[in-house]
Amino acid sequence: MLRRARRFLEFPFLPEVVAILTAFLLGLLVLFFTGYPPLRAFSALFRGAFGSRNAFGQTLTQATPILFTSLSFLLSFRAGIFNIGIEGQLLMGAFVAALLGTMIRSLPLPLHLPLALLGGGLGGALWALIPALIKTYLGAHEVITTMMMSYIASYLTSYFVNYPFKAPGWVAQTNPVQPTALLPRILPPTQLSLAFPLALVFSVLVFYFLFRTYLGFQVRAVGLNPEVAENRGISVASRQILAFLLSGFVAGIGGAGEVLGVHGKFVDGFSPGYGWDGIAVSLVGRLHPLGCILASLLFGMLRAGGMTMARVTKVPLDLSLIIQALVILLIAAPRLIRIFILRKRGL
Amino acid sequence: MAFALQVRGLTKSFPGVLANDHIDLDVEEGEIHGILGENGAGKSVLMSVIYGLYRPDEGKILVRGQEVAIGSPSQAIRCGIGMVHQNLTLVPQLRVFENIILGQEPRRGIFLERQKARRRIEELLHQTGLSIDLNARVRDLPIGLQQRVEILKMLYRGASILIFDEPTTVLTPQEVDQLITYLLALKKQGKTIIFISHKLREVFALCDRVTVLRRGKKVGTCAIKEATPESLAEMMVGRRVLFELPRGRKPAEEVVFSVEGVSTLPEKGKALREVSFRVHRYEILGIAGVEGNGQTELAETIVGLRRVRQGKLVLNGEDITYLSVKERIKRGLAHIPEDRHRRGAILDFTVMENLMLGFEDEPPLRRGLLTLHFPTLQEFASSLIREFEIATPGGDTLVRTLSGGNQQKVVLARELSHPVSVLLACQPTRGLDVAATEYLHRKLLELKNQGKAVVLISADLDEIRALSDRVLVLYEGRIIGELSPESDEYQFGLLMGGKSLAS
Repeated sequence: MLRRARRFLEFPFLPEVVAILTAFLLGLLVLFFTGYPPLRAFSALFRGAFGSRNAFGQTLTQATPILFTSLSFLLSFRAGIFNIGIEGQLLMGAFVAALLGTMIRSLPLPLHLPLALLGGGLGGALWALIPALIKTYLGAHEVITTMMMSYIASYLTSYFVNYPFKAPGWVAQTNPVQPTALLPRILPPTQLSLAFPLALVFSVLVFYFLFRTYLGFQVRAVGLNPEVAENRGISVASRQILAFLLSGFVAGIGGAGEVLGVHGKFVDGFSPGYGWDGIAVSLVGRLHPLGCILASLLFGMLRAGGMTMARVTKVPLDLSLIIQALVILLIAAPRLIRIFILRKRGL
Repeated sequence: MAFALQVRGLTKSFPGVLANDHIDLDVEEGEIHGILGENGAGKSVLMSVIYGLYRPDEGKILVRGQEVAIGSPSQAIRCGIGMVHQNLTLVPQLRVFENIILGQEPRRGIFLERQKARRRIEELLHQTGLSIDLNARVRDLPIGLQQRVEILKMLYRGASILIFDEPTTVLTPQEVDQLITYLLALKKQGKTIIFISHKLREVFALCDRVTVLRRGKKVGTCAIKEATPESLAEMMVGRRVLFELPRGRKPAEEVVFSVEGVSTLPEKGKALREVSFRVHRYEILGIAGVEGNGQTELAETIVGLRRVRQGKLVLNGEDITYLSVKERIKRGLAHIPEDRHRRGAILDFTVMENLMLGFEDEPPLRRGLLTLHFPTLQEFASSLIREFEIATPGGDTLVRTLSGGNQQKVVLARELSHPVSVLLACQPTRGLDVAATEYLHRKLLELKNQGKAVVLISADLDEIRALSDRVLVLYEGRIIGELSPESDEYQFGLLMGGKSLAS
């Protein structure tokens, strides 16, 4: 396991570093040509990301959900599945966690919190199981089905918090989660909760699963070459279903972490697209659990810093989105294209 | 003596590899000159430099005594050099004559002069004695005829020095014979031919002189009259090579594996029709046939990837027709798949990961519920690497970076690392060089002499005849006949072409 980690780190990070610097440089140019003070904006961005204890807490808070979703994408991708419905699995997980958190009363924290988290994970897994079964038994491609399932999840949860489960008041949200189901905050006054260390634990678990267990080995074999796997008696369909379930589970935990750690309830539209970000973060992180940690920190920093920048300098949050987009364009897109070309050639 | 093509001190290196090291080559006007060498000896690189696909680092090329700088294939064609590649470069949707003129169309203004083009090609056909239907679409032609189109394409462009890069690897024995016939006819018309191969039989049938390369260096040139297969093989490999491996003991009575009246549905491929055979202990059973006659489907059926509609498979007296792939492996069925890149090994897995594939879910490789036991794995991998002489820096090297022969050794090592009753070997030496082929053949015979049964499916008739105790011929999904390996090539040819011997 250490050997794997070392091999990953030995790899020169040069392409990533160059791409990130280029993205920032282009961001500077954009600011310059749109008439904002580039340096002031950038210093606000960095201050917002690392400038203080609170800023740093904010960065980690923002990194948490996308670390979960990037791990989720990674799990599916390693099995050769393109699960792009992570957003939906995250929403379903979040909603189930919110329900379990609000409806169950008088359960002690050591039972209530794990139950709510687990419920979130299972909610996500169940939502992923549907496209998995459709793929296995009907042959429909997961890119279509997972995306459609995502929209269903988005509108369904929105309906739930607008009508049957709506809390009294103007806002479309559920009642607050019982205190016994809340993830403890670890860096007050920021929103950083135990969800972040939990995400780190999941990174290690995903790593362990993929590289140290026989099931993970089979999942990777299926992802790299299903024909060889089949020839060696590994059931491609069952391993892909497993990967789908795990992917959905991790996405669901990510959603539960937001509800139980940050918002304390399910707020309609709380996710700005964490599920979609996960795909890009995963690719920037070289489709490796350790890379996902670093990449999600980068994206978390851009988000947290961007918000401070918008508040302090009137430079809209969009700038940090532009930089994110450039990073994706420079690192993730070429990587994805290469993977697809190789796959098409059957190698 | 007039030389059509001369190469002096040609050197070409790629990062980490010296592909051609100061090579001299003299090709006489009007001869057929063979270039022999193992895979990776630098034959293709040398030809690619001559054809202008690579630029040499050093050295020069002379065409008929004139030094030429060839920077691209079109310049090579202008010098009268044409090349037929291993993978043909035709447009399948176009007709034969359209393919021939493609890129050199006679034009009047923006219009194509089809009639003129046709007349010129017909003249060419008349001159060379080749025949082909000019209106056929290339995709409808068998590969042998497609190759003929490629040759016509070069002649149409006025090539007088023709390079053939391993042209016979894709052909049936009959097609090879035809190719040899018209190459000799082309020679008679004064063309100079350079023929690249690692098959000695063809070189002896065709060439006047041969140049042998080994690891990027020229070993020597000799007239074919003065050479023997043994001497050339020794030049290629660098040590003595045994062609006639002793076949070992006669098959026993005891049946290990049998296929009894098996038929399958034609899903994604050919249907098998009532295929039956038995393999005994101490026996190699060869299955010959032109590719695409059900070999892949037969292999998939035996391995357990294809549903049997009728009939049964019996291994060591047990009906395995409805057992899973995994269960069959456990009962001693080993399998070398026909396409090692697509079905044999996972290129982006390490040597160790490929070796453990299929054994990972059971002790001793698995410890506890889910966890792989790395010390055992490493021990397992390194002992196999040693036993099968796999040339790799270590167990954690990616299989992608190994040579074809070593990739195949990884597959073989994995399949033989557990108790085996019957080995199904599909095209086991395709694309391998002489040394690796010899190694694999030895291993198959070794297995047989240990009392195992081997089913050898191969399109290489020489291989089948050299190793098998009995040979079945597969045609259109049926076993059309049985021959002894000593039967002559003509009989094999008839059966492989679908004509039964009785008529």
